[in-house]
Amino acid sequence: MSDLWSALTLVLIALLGGIVRVSTPFLFVSLGECLTEKTGRINLGLEGTLVLGAMTGYAASYLTGSPWLGIGAAALTGMVFGAFHAILCQLPRVNDIAVGIALIQLGTGAAFFFGKPFIQPTAPHMPSIALGWWSSNPDLQNALLINPLFPMGIALAIFLRWAFRNTYWGLIVRTTGDSEPAARDLGVSVNGVRLAATSIGGLLAGIGGAFLSLSYPGSWNEGLSSGQGLMAVALVIFARWDPVHCFYAAVLFGAAGAIGPALQSVGVTQGYYFFNAAPYILTLLLMVASGRSKRAARDMPRELAITR
Amino acid sequence: MVAPTKVGKWSLGVRTWLHYRAETFIIPAVALLASAAYFSVFLICLGKSPGEFFFLIARGGFGTLFSWQNTLVRAAPLILTALCVAIPARMGLVVIGGEGALVIAGFSAGAIAIPLDQSVAPMFITLAMGLTAVVVGACWIGLVGWMRHARGVNETISSLLLTYIAIAIVNFFIEGVLRNPADPNRPSTKAINPDAMVGAIPGLHVHWGLAAGVVLAVLLYLLMDRTTFGFAARIAGGNPRVAEAQGLSVGRLIVTGCFIGGACAGLAGFFEVAAVHGRANAALHANYGFTGILVSFLARHSPLAIIPVACLFGGIGAAGGLIQRRMELPDATVLLLQGVVFVTLLASETLYGRLPFFRATQDSHT
Repeated sequence: MSDLWSALTLVLIALLGGIVRVSTPFLFVSLGECLTEKTGRINLGLEGTLVLGAMTGYAASYLTGSPWLGIGAAALTGMVFGAFHAILCQLPRVNDIAVGIALIQLGTGAAFFFGKPFIQPTAPHMPSIALGWWSSNPDLQNALLINPLFPMGIALAIFLRWAFRNTYWGLIVRTTGDSEPAARDLGVSVNGVRLAATSIGGLLAGIGGAFLSLSYPGSWNEGLSSGQGLMAVALVIFARWDPVHCFYAAVLFGAAGAIGPALQSVGVTQGYYFFNAAPYILTLLLMVASGRSKRAARDMPRELAITR
Repeated sequence: MVAPTKVGKWSLGVRTWLHYRAETFIIPAVALLASAAYFSVFLICLGKSPGEFFFLIARGGFGTLFSWQNTLVRAAPLILTALCVAIPARMGLVVIGGEGALVIAGFSAGAIAIPLDQSVAPMFITLAMGLTAVVVGACWIGLVGWMRHARGVNETISSLLLTYIAIAIVNFFIEGVLRNPADPNRPSTKAINPDAMVGAIPGLHVHWGLAAGVVLAVLLYLLMDRTTFGFAARIAGGNPRVAEAQGLSVGRLIVTGCFIGGACAGLAGFFEVAAVHGRANAALHANYGFTGILVSFLARHSPLAIIPVACLFGGIGAAGGLIQRRMELPDATVLLLQGVVFVTLLASETLYGRLPFFRATQDSHT
């Protein structure tokens, strides 16, 4: 009985640590996508941005020896990629969803092309904050080694929600997303707002990518992202375009992604691949469950083409 | 983007119709040439010779009989996975999950062959594998269509999620209960009976999947362009509300379209297992489904145009190994080139109706 109890504690502790680690990239990509979608455009290419950010972040950290420069490089790459999406989509007749698919392919293609030499070497990782100092349990201390990006992401989520509701810029963003003609009447440059929002969205996704390669799992390889950027896009719909809800959803997805490794830590290896698929299945189920919901229809930016 | 209806075609006149056709041919061709130009600049920046690059593609993909065979073996699954994008696209859906349907259907085909191995004649094994793959593929993408229709779930996201799920399911089985212990190097299902394998088209060294792909592309062209079903599908794709008002069952059309597309991708999985690998393993996940998306977009979702475009990308894929060895470029070069082509192609959508040569005729009729 006590064996079972200690195993359960171990799993829960591993799950706690796992949630913090797995949810961070989800959080950053979904906040970026949330901002982009608020202006009425969807960027599916963030999956490509995430992979490219992971690669550039790792490469820059390896070449300069500074993980912070790595994050900077990833953020910059993400921003350029986001701006690219925005610029392509302002051409008449160009479809934002299709461009997103193309950018997934271009981003992963570029990342694999330039990333080949960086699969082997080890780049310096980001430092973590030890929040477990009060506990004598080494497992708990380990689980509470938190990457500074996680609290930054939470702060950003709260800030974005506040900014959407209370600032001039938030109003501009929401107006652009809800009605292009209304935004034009206010003298707002619709394309300019979308360019800014998509670029910042790409920047955040790039940082999320750098987290993948520089913190957890903490290395660069070609199977690193496998759909996390895409799930984050789906997550924004589920979170009904509210940044703080994006945070809750990211934690939920983090939990789904952390179950497999947590069980592995106590020696349960059965169904490893099944648990790997848990976040995808969860995303799909949530999309089915929340589809056609009246509240989602109310909260959705009107210019968004995704559920039309 | 919208194909001319019969009525529109005659009222615009044959000359304009020719112009319209020319435009849909020239703009993608311009996009291809432009991407080749960007890629050349990119190669020059890396200190590689673009001339050598395109020469190697021409030689490795289309230079000899052997390279043509290699190209066509790759074109076969590309035709089928591109159809998995093109048919739902006529209903206005952007389905990008052909890779998942191919993987899960190919795996199902390999799995169904195991219990049948010694008990029935090889011909029936092949038949059972083919049927299983088609049904599984059809249901896999059919599910995407159903989720879209019944629950309003975005088909692009759900189909890609299903791809990751398919890969996880297949890994779960081939590294678990269905793993062949006699094959220690690579997790695979048990090899299928050699007599149950699909052979080559006589005199070609290319398996029957190519013939199946070409025949299906022609049949689906007839279905989508020459029947009431195809006409209804195009209306549903153009404007679902108008279609509903006309009494068309949009939901049924969407699910049927996805079903047909999924069956095509499933068939691709069947041929990969029954004609190429002889067993189900990770080699199924070879990006045919993803390249198929680009093929379909470049062919403007026309089943007939898919055939030559699939051959082109089959050839680029076939030349990949040669490029890698001779020019010391990474294997992702082909992937990067495809990405460049895809982005350029989508950007070129903006040119429709705006090129000076075409604009003159269009203005005179509007």
